[in-house]
Amino acid sequence: MSHTNTASRKRGKLVNLRNFPGFNPAAWFVLFFLYSPLVYVVIYSFNSSRIGAVWESFSVKWYGKVFENTDIQRALKNSLQVGFVATVLSTLLAVMAALGLLRMQRAGKAVAMALIGAPLIIAEIVLAVGTLGLFIAVGVPLGKIGLMVAHTAFCIPFALLPIRARLSQLDMAPFEAASDLGANERQILRRITLPLLAPAIFAGALLAFAISIDDFITSFFVAGPGATTLPVYIFGMIRSTVTPEVNAISTLLLLFSGSVLIGSYLIQRKRR
Amino acid sequence: MNEKYLEIRNITKVFQTPEGGEVRALDDVSLDIASGEFFILLGPSGCGKTTLLRSIAGLEYPDSGEIVLQGERIDDKPPYERPVNTVFQSYALFPHMTVSANIAFGLEMENVDKAQVSARVTEALAQVRLEGYENRMPSQLSGGQQQRVALARALAKKPKVLLLDEPLSALDLKLRRGMQVELKRLQRETGITFVFVTHDQEEAMSMGDRIAVFSEGKIVQLDTPVEVYRRPVNAYVADFIGETNLIKGTVVAGGISLPGGNILPTDQLAADSVIPASGEVTVAIRPEDLVLATNGMISGTVRDVIFTGDSVRVHVAVGDVEVIASLASYGTQIPEQGSKVTLNPEHRAARTVAS
Repeated sequence: MSHTNTASRKRGKLVNLRNFPGFNPAAWFVLFFLYSPLVYVVIYSFNSSRIGAVWESFSVKWYGKVFENTDIQRALKNSLQVGFVATVLSTLLAVMAALGLLRMQRAGKAVAMALIGAPLIIAEIVLAVGTLGLFIAVGVPLGKIGLMVAHTAFCIPFALLPIRARLSQLDMAPFEAASDLGANERQILRRITLPLLAPAIFAGALLAFAISIDDFITSFFVAGPGATTLPVYIFGMIRSTVTPEVNAISTLLLLFSGSVLIGSYLIQRKRR
Repeated sequence: MNEKYLEIRNITKVFQTPEGGEVRALDDVSLDIASGEFFILLGPSGCGKTTLLRSIAGLEYPDSGEIVLQGERIDDKPPYERPVNTVFQSYALFPHMTVSANIAFGLEMENVDKAQVSARVTEALAQVRLEGYENRMPSQLSGGQQQRVALARALAKKPKVLLLDEPLSALDLKLRRGMQVELKRLQRETGITFVFVTHDQEEAMSMGDRIAVFSEGKIVQLDTPVEVYRRPVNAYVADFIGETNLIKGTVVAGGISLPGGNILPTDQLAADSVIPASGEVTVAIRPEDLVLATNGMISGTVRDVIFTGDSVRVHVAVGDVEVIASLASYGTQIPEQGSKVTLNPEHRAARTVAS
């Protein structure tokens, strides 16, 4: 505690502009509110009891069941395949759109940005109904292909978010310098633009993948019989019989998302 | 020396402001730059000097006029096809590349072979005295070092003209002085034609072979530093280059009547001063050209005395205007504030200027 601090305290309490009385517990409550369902899922995935809400004893048997369940494995494989294709395609399209938007005039750019970003807010159920109707109308086969197309579409705005943010911060001077040093448009794209955007492209791809793996509503509509994704499968499990197996799958999913998050953080930090 | 190495012919560039107005950044500008010259474009911000530099680089396209380099038009070519290179004000280094990759970039664009690239990178780094910094990232360098990398990157291309856009403006005074000397040395050693944009008149005078003084999109004066300083064509140049007392007076028989009832005889003015038969004129006198005199031509009252070390600056109220005299620090009787003094312009250095 510094000298001046103690001295001024005698006269009156220093006003700490960052101290809002009573809000500290609120922050803790928010954390509890956010994470208690996750804590519940993880703890009860180790519960030996068949009945979800009653704790019996510690067991890993539900994990064993998950690994024996070929339906789950098939659903997981579908999810990963769809997620991979949707991530690659949506990221590619997002990069192209972002670079295309750079060239547009101010007014057109604002409209185009609003249109690309709007699906982030529009109720997904509306998009899902529309997607299903459209697929049937133009003959896109439901199932894996349909899932890939639909996922690619709704992942684009997410993949675009970090790319757009990075582009708007980018200093244009190095681009002028590259041109001045003899690089044509194609060489500037390859040697300057893409490398500078790489961290944002990576972040966009990660976001797209997370959104695709997590998606339920659209997937439920367009999956068709043979191409159940993991969230759709889990939903089906809960509807028939609630077994703690669901907790085990969910914990595994959580573990997966967690490691992706930490992995990407480590990669980004290494780049600095 | 080829006097018409780089020709700027009748360049005009008009910018549209967001409010719908027009700004004439360059208004029918023409000038010739000789090969191997250190040429300065000088003026306050917004005078068009940077627009001209960017037009030569190809980063801006003029509305009309021609830019000709060694007899060949270059104004219709994209920047990457012009044999000129730029040192940017913000340095514009590639943040994701090492120092040597930054310098090699321009050479790789020319498909120079690998051994040659590395030899020229080494040479360029030596020229700017940055040996040993090959593998640093730009973010690990100080401003002065980044400046040198930007310079090396442009020099490695061996450009026919090197364009420098206020390259020293972000450096502190001491570093700037050092770089001025080094740039001058580099220009001499490489023989490359330099076109250097600055708003700093001191920098312009200490480095340039010739200076083009810009104002509102036009060249007001184009001359050597000594001429621009000694023979400013008008009050704007006199005031912008160095420090000048600009005193309004009236032409009378045999001289010019200055405020406070002082008469400056015509034979004390520079021989080439243009003095109209009658009416108002502006007299320009540099502070260092004024000396204290007993019974001098300009009398007034000392308002302030400021000792700066190498000189003593005396602010004298002459009628209703203030005249500053910069006196030598040694061997001068420093006048007291409030005392009456008289001043004389020396060496006929006072002159009339167009206002």
